[in-house]
Amino acid sequence: MSEMKLYEVFIRAKSGLNHRHVGSLHASDPQMALLNARDVYTRRKEGVSIWVVEAEQITASNPAQEHEWFDPAEDKVYRHPTFYPLDKEVENM
Amino acid sequence: MYSQGLKDAEGQLEPAELMAEFQARIDREEKIEPRDWMPEAYRKTLIRQMSQHAHSEIVGQLPEGNWITRAPSLKRKMILLAKVQDEAGHGLYIYSATETLGVTRDQLTDELLTGKAKYSSIFNYPTPSWADIGAVGWLVDGAAIMNQVPLCRSSYGPYARSMIRICKEESFHQRQGYEIMTVLARGTAAQKDMAQRALNRFWWPALMMFGPSDKDSKHSEQSMKWKIKRFTNDELRQKFIDATVPQAEHLGLTIPDPELRWNEETGQYDHGEINWQEFIDVIKGNGPCNKERLQARINAHEEGEWVREAAEVYQQKQNQEEAA
Repeated sequence: MSEMKLYEVFIRAKSGLNHRHVGSLHASDPQMALLNARDVYTRRKEGVSIWVVEAEQITASNPAQEHEWFDPAEDKVYRHPTFYPLDKEVENM
Repeated sequence: MYSQGLKDAEGQLEPAELMAEFQARIDREEKIEPRDWMPEAYRKTLIRQMSQHAHSEIVGQLPEGNWITRAPSLKRKMILLAKVQDEAGHGLYIYSATETLGVTRDQLTDELLTGKAKYSSIFNYPTPSWADIGAVGWLVDGAAIMNQVPLCRSSYGPYARSMIRICKEESFHQRQGYEIMTVLARGTAAQKDMAQRALNRFWWPALMMFGPSDKDSKHSEQSMKWKIKRFTNDELRQKFIDATVPQAEHLGLTIPDPELRWNEETGQYDHGEINWQEFIDVIKGNGPCNKERLQARINAHEEGEWVREAAEVYQQKQNQEEAA
């Protein structure tokens, strides 16, 4: 028998917060994945909502390309408010 | 360079530059994530340690499961059920984290069931009385917490994250065990005696949980360098002893070690020599319950086969209906 599919589990801790990745589990179908996620990851009221996603459906960036991908943001300091000096008289902006 | 001479699974030298960069990341306290480059030996060490850890959580359900049907009250039964369910959850967290290293769940299960993989020696000891459930919670989970708290800072991200979850839950386990011991120690003479006997049974095996003495531990040094481990076996064992002895004294129970005494100079307890031959025997499969534990896992797996089959057939049927 083949191994059951791997699902990634995301949980919203309470309304107002994002769903957050908490781990993964195996299940034969999405409903079973949801039930298992409830039993495995919310035994102590850790959440009010669960998403499960088949792990193989996730497309991820390549860690080896971390620098090419994310370094360009580094030299764009003008994207941050602190780049712009304010006269003292203008206190908060 | 320290890394030269380290070989991967095929006996190939790892590229020195990658090795140096890897160590530098670890030294900067950066976490290593699943798809990052890592030395083969790091991956293998983690798979070995994490899968042993996961197997221990799973097999660890058995000594306590022994008392679910015979817990002395409904309250105790519900607590014990919740604890045993936690252990299953802990096993699953760590199995999932281990799979991120490129090993499948089936492989891991297979290694446990064929006896190829190890699990903590402690679970090969029997729990003949209710007090043993108290001793297991207090001492075995207590020792596990000593081990696991530093693992929350382990260099491998998925392992560290699963440990954070586990540690949050583990402290309920230890407290409920200590509470069982407290009630017994303050009960009748027979009940106190039962608690003392359980302490006698579990004290030395609990100390062995920290693994071989530093001078005999073949994995320690490299694991410390890679920050897979943060403290040595002996350091953790000493911390556990120092924390636990006053707890036993508080209950009026006696630690079964005639050589145990407070050392003013070191600020620690000195203790008697551990029976390492017993440790080796249990690890090698000759402990009191090794065969029973493994057989229980094999039975559970085989008797659950029809459930897995039914789930698979159900899924296929659903796919067909969707396609129709």
